[in-house]
Amino acid sequence: MDAHVNDGASLRFVAIGKVFPGVKALSDISFVAHPGTVHALMGENGAGKSTLLKILGGSYSPDSGYIQIGERPTAFRSAADSINAGVAVIHQELHLVPEMTVAENLLLGHMPARFGVIDRQAMGRRAIELLKELAAEIDPHTRLGSLSLGQRQLVEIAKAMSRNAHIIAFDEPTSSLSAREIDRLMLIIGKLRDSGKVVLYVSHRMEEIFRICDAVTVFKDGCLVRTFEQIDQLNQDQLITCMVGRDIQDIYNYRPRKRGGEALRVEGLLGPGLNEAVSFTVYKGEVLGFFGLVGAGRTELLRLLSGLVRLKAGQLFLQGQALNLKSPRDAIAAGVLLCPEDRKKEGIVPLASVAENINISARSRHAKLGWLISAQWERENANRQIRALNVKTPSPDQPIMFLSGGNQQKVILGRWLSLPMKVLLLDEPTRGIDIGAKSEIYQIIHNLAAEGIAVIVVSSDLMEVIGISDRILVMSEGALTGELTRERADEARLLQLALPRTRG
Amino acid sequence: MSVQQDTLAAPKPHINMRRFMDDWVMLLAALGIFVFCAMFIDHFLSPMNMRGLGLAISTTGIAACTMLYCLASGHFDLSVGSVIACAGVVAAVVMRDTESVFLGVSAALAMGLTVGLVNGIVIAKLRINALITTLATMQIVRGLAYIFSDGKAVGVMDERFFVFGNGQLFGVPVPILITILCFMFFGWLLNYTTYGRNTMAIGGNREAALLAGVNVNRTQIIIFAVHGVVGALAGVILASRMTSGQPMIGQGFELTVISACVLGGVSLSGGIGMIRHVIAGVLILAIIENAMNLKNIDTFYQYVIRGTILLLAVIIDRMKRR
Repeated sequence: MDAHVNDGASLRFVAIGKVFPGVKALSDISFVAHPGTVHALMGENGAGKSTLLKILGGSYSPDSGYIQIGERPTAFRSAADSINAGVAVIHQELHLVPEMTVAENLLLGHMPARFGVIDRQAMGRRAIELLKELAAEIDPHTRLGSLSLGQRQLVEIAKAMSRNAHIIAFDEPTSSLSAREIDRLMLIIGKLRDSGKVVLYVSHRMEEIFRICDAVTVFKDGCLVRTFEQIDQLNQDQLITCMVGRDIQDIYNYRPRKRGGEALRVEGLLGPGLNEAVSFTVYKGEVLGFFGLVGAGRTELLRLLSGLVRLKAGQLFLQGQALNLKSPRDAIAAGVLLCPEDRKKEGIVPLASVAENINISARSRHAKLGWLISAQWERENANRQIRALNVKTPSPDQPIMFLSGGNQQKVILGRWLSLPMKVLLLDEPTRGIDIGAKSEIYQIIHNLAAEGIAVIVVSSDLMEVIGISDRILVMSEGALTGELTRERADEARLLQLALPRTRG
Repeated sequence: MSVQQDTLAAPKPHINMRRFMDDWVMLLAALGIFVFCAMFIDHFLSPMNMRGLGLAISTTGIAACTMLYCLASGHFDLSVGSVIACAGVVAAVVMRDTESVFLGVSAALAMGLTVGLVNGIVIAKLRINALITTLATMQIVRGLAYIFSDGKAVGVMDERFFVFGNGQLFGVPVPILITILCFMFFGWLLNYTTYGRNTMAIGGNREAALLAGVNVNRTQIIIFAVHGVVGALAGVILASRMTSGQPMIGQGFELTVISACVLGGVSLSGGIGMIRHVIAGVLILAIIENAMNLKNIDTFYQYVIRGTILLLAVIIDRMKRR
């Protein structure tokens, strides 16, 4: 294959903007990444890094602005456009086919073939060449599914090289690699830089950023905070301050509340996603925040608390009584209720009406003989919750899929408010929700706590966690890493606790 | 209705017209086709033909009622054709050996229940794909039908048994009455019981239903168990009409039933389905087949026409959902 036309060109983002319904994902992003450098993108979850990489990869098209490679402004309409322009984005979830061999994966889309019949020998030779360049000891004829994650990533990188990519973007490449695999990856990235490629590198790990990157651009809430062309003139604290810096707006309606007795006590909890035993207690009338980066184990923790996943070890106590959960039904019966992170996938039944979605959990308690639906109760309850939570819907019979994210979230809250509630588990309760509805949801959380309900809020939004919680627990890499009271919690401290530590 | 005043600020219910179409258009189409046939095809409205049409609807209609639940919950069942054959055979064999209509019919229904339970447990508890599971039970049950009957039709002598297929009440054949009862009962069940609503929720979003506390596995098993019993009931009625249990009957019947449901507007991917969809689908298929027979259209062409209608229906359905 010919050397790419874009060799030696710089990558320039010019005034990139992107809006999703109700959310401004990116606004006015401009910076340059030079050939022969590794350029880090940093920021909290949801700051806009991944959206930018998706635009670079051609999965999204920007609403404003453009990408310029060398002297040429480009407009990627598809992933194929992006690949043809010499861009390779290596995502967290690798885009490989586990059932095919390494060689087939490497050359997928342009296998050497004669009249449509694949030339297996040529394919094997080409695959060996590519893997050799990376010093990767992988047999091209093994099934991809049998490789480790680190090896799969090498295959993905080799695939990028096979297309002569000139711009290579890594999205949190080390999140599931061992220390040795990370070392090798660093070596390869160093080689890519030395051969004059443009490398973009997204990671939360400070020590990797300082080890491998030459320049860094910091994002916050979809805006570019600052680009540092020389990373060696900057230290870790400065970088964190830069990532955080913003005032807390008062949309949280926080007022001090009385803390009651013990609501839920968790002792020595272990399960999928948790690397160390987790113990904590949440009290009646308390809002307990859980902060951490994506993959810190917080969602997994809530799935254990809500009975969706069985515990491997440990014990739950609800108001002092041992609580054993075999399914979400048990948790619901006990009054431990979860609003899941992914509303579309796990929260709502999209085609069903607002009323259906509200009544689904409580209806059997009000049904005659346990299964004859009480139409009157259903109608009254739906109307009651719609009114109490100010759900904006033309009618209770409207399919919930036509409601905004904020109103969908309120409907799920209404579902739980129809039942006796002791502990409310909220996983990213305001993700993708506009500011007005956010504020209303904070008010609801506050009111529930004031009524004596224990509320656990998992959130990746620093401001939100600080704004609404009485106490904050921080998780990182499947373990609790710290506890801060409301008074002591500030963004730098939380972020410090949440960032993954060096692995030995 | 009172809330509508309370939420005036909300967006207008702009999709009402579309929902009306989704709900009723196929039933109106069935009516249209009926009127068209009545006007342009001789003898279509004759009592003789109406009776035939009604009987043609009955077997498909009964089985389609519970197929609706399978589809609405996001699965389907291929074994129903075999269940129909096996139920007829079991009823006939047991009646021959015990001379008891009650025992014969009970044995047939128990066989249907067993098959349904096996389907349901394998699909719900072991999480095995419904296509594969019911493809397997379809063959097993067909095989059992041949084994029980020794591969031959088993005649029934007891005239009391013929009530199911050939009896009449107020001049209406019993199978048609049973079909109408099934439509009413399962339509009511879907809308007015927790079982029916849970079925829709599971098909609409299984994960969400699970997290909302719906007993997903139990509901799924009941759906298949009921479907097995109702399939067996259809088989008993058919055997009664034919005065024998025939092991080879009902081949491809499962596909006719699924076609009827989908034609009427039941979604193959779950979460959408109403009894009026089923009624519409069953009526349209039966009327068109009846009309083709009256017009002496060759069977070979009938296959092509039926397939084309089904394909058109699903394409229109897909375009509606865009």
